Amino acid sequence: MDESNDYLFSRREMLVSTTLAVTGLALLNVTGAEAAPVPVSLAKVSFAVNGKPHQLELDTRTTLLDTLREHLHLTGTKKGCDHGQCGACTVLVNGRRINSCLSLALQHEDDAITTIEGLGTPDKLHPMQAAFIKHDGYQCGYCTPGQICSAVAVLAEIRAGMPSHVSASLLEPPRATNMELRERMSGNICRCGAYSNIAEAMSEVAGKDA
Amino acid sequence: MQTFTYERVRTPAEAAAAAARTPGAKFLAGGTNLLDLMKLEIETPAHIIDVGKVGLDKIEPTPAGGLRIGALVTNTDLADHRTVRRDYGLLSRALLAGASGQLRNKATTAGNLLQRTRCPYFYDTNQRCNKREPGSGCAAIAGYSRQLGIIGTSDACIATHPSDMAVAMRALDAEVETVKANGTTRTIPLAQFYRLPGQTPHLETTLEKNELITAVLLPPPVGGVHIYQKVRDRSSYAFALVSVGAILQQDGSGRIAVGGVAPRPWRVETAEKLLPAGAKAFTAQLLQGARPTKENAYKLALVENTVAAVLNEGKH
Ligand SMILES: Cc1cc2nc3c(=O)[nH]c(=O)nc-3n(C[C@H](O)[C@H](O)[C@H](O)COP(=O)(O)OP(=O)(O)OC[C@H]3O[C@@H](n4cnc5c(N)ncnc54)[C@H](O)[C@@H]3O)c2cc1C
Ligand code: SF4
Ligand code: FES
Ligand code: FES
Repeated sequence: MDESNDYLFSRREMLVSTTLAVTGLALLNVTGAEAAPVPVSLAKVSFAVNGKPHQLELDTRTTLLDTLREHLHLTGTKKGCDHGQCGACTVLVNGRRINSCLSLALQHEDDAITTIEGLGTPDKLHPMQAAFIKHDGYQCGYCTPGQICSAVAVLAEIRAGMPSHVSASLLEPPRATNMELRERMSGNICRCGAYSNIAEAMSEVAGKDA
Repeated sequence: MQTFTYERVRTPAEAAAAAARTPGAKFLAGGTNLLDLMKLEIETPAHIIDVGKVGLDKIEPTPAGGLRIGALVTNTDLADHRTVRRDYGLLSRALLAGASGQLRNKATTAGNLLQRTRCPYFYDTNQRCNKREPGSGCAAIAGYSRQLGIIGTSDACIATHPSDMAVAMRALDAEVETVKANGTTRTIPLAQFYRLPGQTPHLETTLEKNELITAVLLPPPVGGVHIYQKVRDRSSYAFALVSVGAILQQDGSGRIAVGGVAPRPWRVETAEKLLPAGAKAFTAQLLQGARPTKENAYKLALVENTVAAVLNEGKH
């Protein structure tokens, strides 16, 4: 794989403290001892992205997000915060939306991953992509791939009858009301504030579903 | 992130044994808390044992009439489970009030219980923090403490346990089932699961090193009206300032656990006897001995008012 021969070296300053209990000379600090370079650790993983199987050997630390962007060059999925707070990195794994920044690629052995590139293409848009264009569901577009992946999964969750924080009843099937859509999309932040148009795009697709 | 070796295990026994064999190992479930902290090098495991595929992903009835929730059941699946929605509505409600749809798809039952008790200074490696670096001091106590704990805290740490799910589990009298590296199993009532910080805030639970959570057990349902009221700075995707998880019965009795105020879900069974007397009497007993900071003293009134709102809702 792309970086299988790379080795990362880290020079760490170590602080070694030894307690001399008997003498009462409390601490002896030896600073500046150099740690041996730590080679990266590699591991293998196989999964499918947008229907195409991949076998990769990766630095164990590689997130699913970095794998998609840097190794598979699927740069539609975006990195916003890298800490699960913004939703820009949302992709579908076995049909469910997750934050790809808070997942190691190695956690996805045998999984089927769908990114924005797999939902539709410029000539054959996914209905949600078409609705985002029609309703101006974005301005700068940075959050948009994550919003669209999330939106597709949200409608599937509603169709499957999963309740949300704002559902009045836990037992009745939820409906795709504006309140429901807003609550369910709260993990996708939009710096440009395209929220109301995103909800409209989703409502249109939800209506066609019904 | 510091480098680590990685292994995927297939059974709980394999997981516990792998942990015993490898110093500095950590279990990885959903990864939404552990990886977040590893990126900041606040957690630096030398070895990761991925328990994601150990098969503990089922929710089953117990012979006693309760539920056995596998440690790896996702927060989404638990909130959505038919029996949980019908008989343990408080648990569904608490889960659905936490994090985001994406995070709940990844977060697991055990991982949620074991997410770190934390505060913003814990994340900022330039700040003093007794939890991150024992003995270094606590920047939060004299700092920005508006969100932090008011009871069960210590001079060493005032962080809160952020889980919504755990608040519901505490009110439901859940128990945590585990397996140790030597193969022995035990169950720990949630009431005895979280330690208070005292002088050792880096120790958060009564689990032993390398002990794996296999399931959470719920006793048979107790009926009643189930309410989870979470008060936060925005109406979705934010941690609780205060949350109240309640199961209220028609005769005025009930159970209440409170989140956002302490290093563990805060429940005082003796205070519950005062519920028929109203929110004021109950809260006074619940929060007896509270030591808020100037910035978070508002939580005393916020708990009382939220309890009052919940008791009122329970009447309708
Ligand atoms: C932006 C953001 C917002 C959030 N908002 C909320 C919120 O509002 N409310 C809320 O409650 N939570 C919230 N969370 C926290 C989230 O719920 C937790 O991160 C999640 O539940 C952790 O579960 P996990 O499976 O991903 O744990 P992991 O990160 O995999 O593990 C957490 C810890 O548990 C240990 N562990 C995991 N499984 C086991 C096991 N079986 N046995 C022993 N040890 C184990 C791991 O070693 C690790 O130390 C939020 C998180 C983020 C990133
Ligand atoms: S409150 Fe606890 S976690 Fe926060 S800085 Fe103080 S010691 Fe650290
Ligand atoms: S980049 Fe993953 S949530 Fe922000
Ligand atoms: S369109 Fe710019 S961040 Fe959402």
